[in-house]
Amino acid sequence: MAEQSIISPENLVYKKTDVMTDRELHYCPGCGHGTAHRMLAEAIDELGIQSETIGVAPVGCSVLAYYYLNVDMQEAAHGRAPAVATGIKRVFPEKYVFTYQGDGDLAAIGTAETIHACNRGENILIVFINNGIYGMTGGQMAPTTLPGMKSSTCPMGRDVLTMGNPLKITELVAQLPGTYYVTRQSVHTPGNARKAKRAMKKALEYQKENKGACLVEVVSNCPSGWKMNPVDSNKWMEENMFPFYQLGDIKVPGKGLVSDGKNGS
Amino acid sequence: MKKEIRLMKGNEAMAEAAILAGVDAYFGYPITPQSEIIEYLMSANTAERTGMQVLQAESEIAAINMVYGAAGCGKRALTSSSSPGISLKMEGISYMAGAELPCVIVNVVRAGPGLATIQPSQSDYFQAVKGGGHGDYKLIVLAPSTVQESVDFIRLAFDLAFKYRNPVMILSDGIIGQMMEKVELFDQQPRLSEAPEWATTGKKPGEKSTVITSLHLESEDMEQVNLRLQAKYREVEKHEVRFESYRCEDAEVLFVAFGSSARIARKAMDLARAKGIRAGLLRPITLFPFPVEEVRRLAGQVSGMLTVEMNAGQMVEDVRLAVNGRTPVEHFGRFGGMIPGPDEILVALEARLEEWYKEQPAQTE
Ligand SMILES: Cc1ncc(C[n+]2csc(CCOP(=O)(O)OP(=O)(O)O)c2C)c(N)n1
Ligand code: SF4
Ligand SMILES: [Mg+2]
Repeated sequence: MAEQSIISPENLVYKKTDVMTDRELHYCPGCGHGTAHRMLAEAIDELGIQSETIGVAPVGCSVLAYYYLNVDMQEAAHGRAPAVATGIKRVFPEKYVFTYQGDGDLAAIGTAETIHACNRGENILIVFINNGIYGMTGGQMAPTTLPGMKSSTCPMGRDVLTMGNPLKITELVAQLPGTYYVTRQSVHTPGNARKAKRAMKKALEYQKENKGACLVEVVSNCPSGWKMNPVDSNKWMEENMFPFYQLGDIKVPGKGLVSDGKNGS
Repeated sequence: MKKEIRLMKGNEAMAEAAILAGVDAYFGYPITPQSEIIEYLMSANTAERTGMQVLQAESEIAAINMVYGAAGCGKRALTSSSSPGISLKMEGISYMAGAELPCVIVNVVRAGPGLATIQPSQSDYFQAVKGGGHGDYKLIVLAPSTVQESVDFIRLAFDLAFKYRNPVMILSDGIIGQMMEKVELFDQQPRLSEAPEWATTGKKPGEKSTVITSLHLESEDMEQVNLRLQAKYREVEKHEVRFESYRCEDAEVLFVAFGSSARIARKAMDLARAKGIRAGLLRPITLFPFPVEEVRRLAGQVSGMLTVEMNAGQMVEDVRLAVNGRTPVEHFGRFGGMIPGPDEILVALEARLEEWYKEQPAQTE
């Protein structure tokens, strides 16, 4: 069969979304950022809101998210994305606004901006990539680094007595009256990626109804920062990250809190 | 039609001017001596009057980043604070300068360093004019010396911010912010109806997406951005210098002072004139761009210059640079919230006259 006839429209089962550009991703092989981008892009595409969406990418490995996400975007200072998103949403209440933040960004330097944007119930979607490490700067300890987990600034493993405990900020913001939908997902298998996309899509739909802040955490890997190959990193994530950061909904519309976050602590 | 004249406090007048100027959004955090700005806006029913958004942020850091977001959408966004809060805004200001976003930042300066005191000061001149945040950038800096100017400069500041796609700072101080004066307000201006083409408003089908960023990883690219910014600043220097001179035509000695210090220096000038000293006063209105040419021109005329500042000597450095050794330049300052009196300024001037005249006999007539 000629190639032309194979790629005829009726044979198409999958197509790259236009909300992703054709630019080659700069992420390390096996990194979850690319898949998370793709899920967000597909959610935007499926809702048909590409032209009404404005994103905010603060500093972290995904600072260049605007290279790949084919929507209008603003790059923000480290940690400040929820404030920037607030500024956007307040002048454009009818647009869809999202932030895409790492764990260092969202749960360390930007803790105040995160909590207050959530507490005000800003109608934004926060996509939170929790890889337990500072990927961009070379694998230093993050607020989410697990007890005993090694990083370049806790080479002997995180000692909670002197370095503090990992912060479950997702459970924390779920407590706030301003959040409407809070969930924890992953993108390391096709099934999980689809669920993550569904969560992002739901959050964007709630945004249209002005329901308040929605946060979708994606527990993700960082093969480079963790010093593992991609396959091992996913295995390590399942065995170590998921017991502590349990996947699933934390706050859902109509039901409120459905997880107290104590599991796995 | 005769314009309405009102008696207003500097801070409140600026807040009203922001509504009248058609500002789209204000984000701020309370701090003395400027909290009246957000208090006024919160009680002015802006949503109904113009649709202006007003939000009390959780910090000055958040406030300036909210300004960033709104400005990135092509809106007129305003924030205000006083010295310690402005220090916190510096990160965001640098990002806005880098991303070339227009906005207006009001600094109602109080004394420093540290928490210091809520009393008026001009000790943030360096921070406003020389950078403050990181990187090679410039703010356009306007220094009002009356409540009327505080009002007029809100509008001017937004015009300049959008003309040059650059943050503009209004460097007020605790005196002008807190005092009441007669003021004539301008007519209600419409809010912007169309977004500039560089703004993020949602990607138009068939067009490339719009990105607001200050990130340029390749040095070659970043150097080009720096060069473009510098070229812009040179344009600003060429076109936007503003100053006011009092009795400079026949002056043999010159006061240089901005903001509220200029009001006091003017009184000192009158006292000097009454004693037969031909004093003049140059009041820079734009601190960047600094009136370099005018200072240079006057350097050829006068026997000496005395800057009067409520700080330890900051603007004096710019005067010296402009004068480049052609005439003596000295500084008189009070700080910590102390306001210099005309008498002590006159004493400071007189103390220098003998030496100045000796060095460089007055060359008038
Ligand atoms: C004010 C400031 N401090 C520090 C940095 C350096 N920095 C850049 S990204 C980053 C951490 C990123 O980690 P995370 O948010 O977890 O994102 P990841 O790269 O892991 O996806 C740090 C510390 C910075 N850019 N700005
Ligand atoms: S450093 Fe880590 S988070 Fe960053 S791209 Fe590489 S694998 Fe991904
Ligand atoms: Mg991280």
